[in-house]
Amino acid sequence: MKPISRRKLITTGLAAAAGLSGLAAADQIARRYGLIPPDSGCDFGAGETLTYAVQRLLTRHSLAREFPRSMMSKMPFANEVGPLDAAFHQLQAGGFSNWRLKVDGLVAHPLSLSMADLRSMSMRNHITEVSCEEGWSYIAEWIGTPLSDVLREAGASPQARYVVYFSHQSDWWESMDMADALHPQTLLTWGMNDGDLPVGFGGPLRMRLTRQLGYKSVKYLTRLTVTDSMKGFGKGLGSASPEAGYAWYAGI
Amino acid sequence: MAGTVAPTKLQASIASPAAKAPRHAGFVRFTHWLTLVCFLLLLVTGIEIVISHPRFYWGETGNVNMAPLFSLHIPASRNTVPTGYGYVMPDQNGWSRALHFESAWALVIVGAIYLIAGFWTGHFRRNLLPERGSRNLGAHLARFGAYMRRGPRNQDELDSYNVLQRTTYLSVIFILFPMIIWTGLAMSTAFDSAFPFAVDALGGRQSARTLHFFISGALVLFLIVHVIMVAVSGFWRRMRAMITGGVRLKEQQ
Repeated sequence: MKPISRRKLITTGLAAAAGLSGLAAADQIARRYGLIPPDSGCDFGAGETLTYAVQRLLTRHSLAREFPRSMMSKMPFANEVGPLDAAFHQLQAGGFSNWRLKVDGLVAHPLSLSMADLRSMSMRNHITEVSCEEGWSYIAEWIGTPLSDVLREAGASPQARYVVYFSHQSDWWESMDMADALHPQTLLTWGMNDGDLPVGFGGPLRMRLTRQLGYKSVKYLTRLTVTDSMKGFGKGLGSASPEAGYAWYAGI
Repeated sequence: MAGTVAPTKLQASIASPAAKAPRHAGFVRFTHWLTLVCFLLLLVTGIEIVISHPRFYWGETGNVNMAPLFSLHIPASRNTVPTGYGYVMPDQNGWSRALHFESAWALVIVGAIYLIAGFWTGHFRRNLLPERGSRNLGAHLARFGAYMRRGPRNQDELDSYNVLQRTTYLSVIFILFPMIIWTGLAMSTAFDSAFPFAVDALGGRQSARTLHFFISGALVLFLIVHVIMVAVSGFWRRMRAMITGGVRLKEQQ
């Protein structure tokens, strides 16, 4: 082993100091621009953070691919649904006429929207692919109200960083960052393939994110909460998914 | 030919130990073992991910309501997949996916270090590009024939790679690894929104998934043949060369 020269020691020290301060600066910048996911402290947080940060830089405004009608799946697959609460079955018996979506949190005007209210707001449709984390997928037409319009109607605060959404499936709740919440393809979906959204696919009301895997597109929505921090929601990891071992960010 | 080869290189290194270069450069050894760790993690987690839906399709979409291109006859970790087995495997997809992507990041970073160092030091040109006279099919076939005849080993090959090895390594480094990364990225819904061409060029997301599966198979095949070759050509000497870089002179003879 050669003795380490003073010059080498100094250059190595300087390189290490530069590397460390570079990392610290990167961390500051990442926090400032929202590139750290709420589950960054989990077991595989380094990989999750790298994926989220890089994909957010690349995809902040990108649109998911939309397909021609001819590519719509003849037999889309309705994944199995976990247990639904008693309230859902009551609402279903009433034809969902009493269905309400609550919008609260960091908003100027909390809302309680019926299905008719939602349908009377703006409408957008797109023919996009739903991809499950298991590997399967299908293409369907999704019709609904852009989430961004509901957030505007409610007067979401500029401090908002996440939209948390809850379901009649009590073990399943999710959240998304504002890049997805304000994304033009993100729909509060109530129609599918020219008809009402069937219950098997999340009807009467399902969140639909086009650039993330299916488990972010939560079925049977009950409530949206706008927040600047995930602290206080479950274990503070962003959604039920990290608590079950899955990534909060599902763009990959 | 092998018996009469002029041992100039060996004699030179025996005559002047100072001129002896390590068998493998430091960065090659460093990246080689990190790549192995990443690859094994990716392989195990990749198999686990496939178990949640052991069916493969061609085109953009695929699900249990569609005919698969082919299915693996293994039980699945989801009860929604018809496998013919009466039981469902435990779901390990969460950590498998997370570790798969974390290992993929590590592999991409290690690969970038290897590529930069490899071009910078002339490693690819010197050690892996087939020599000028043998960049043709004939030279590859000749070397393959020599393997088949199991003739005595060419002494030159103790210090460098033969033409078949060079072409194989270059194919793995510059075709299979880029393809496995590309097909992997093409399955990412967000990546596809920014770079739709990446998935459309492969024929769709399910095609990308199927190709990803076959390319992993090709990489596993490479790994098996690679380990067998190491074993038959002196396992511990090769291991030592890839760990410490050193070659003991008496072993070279």
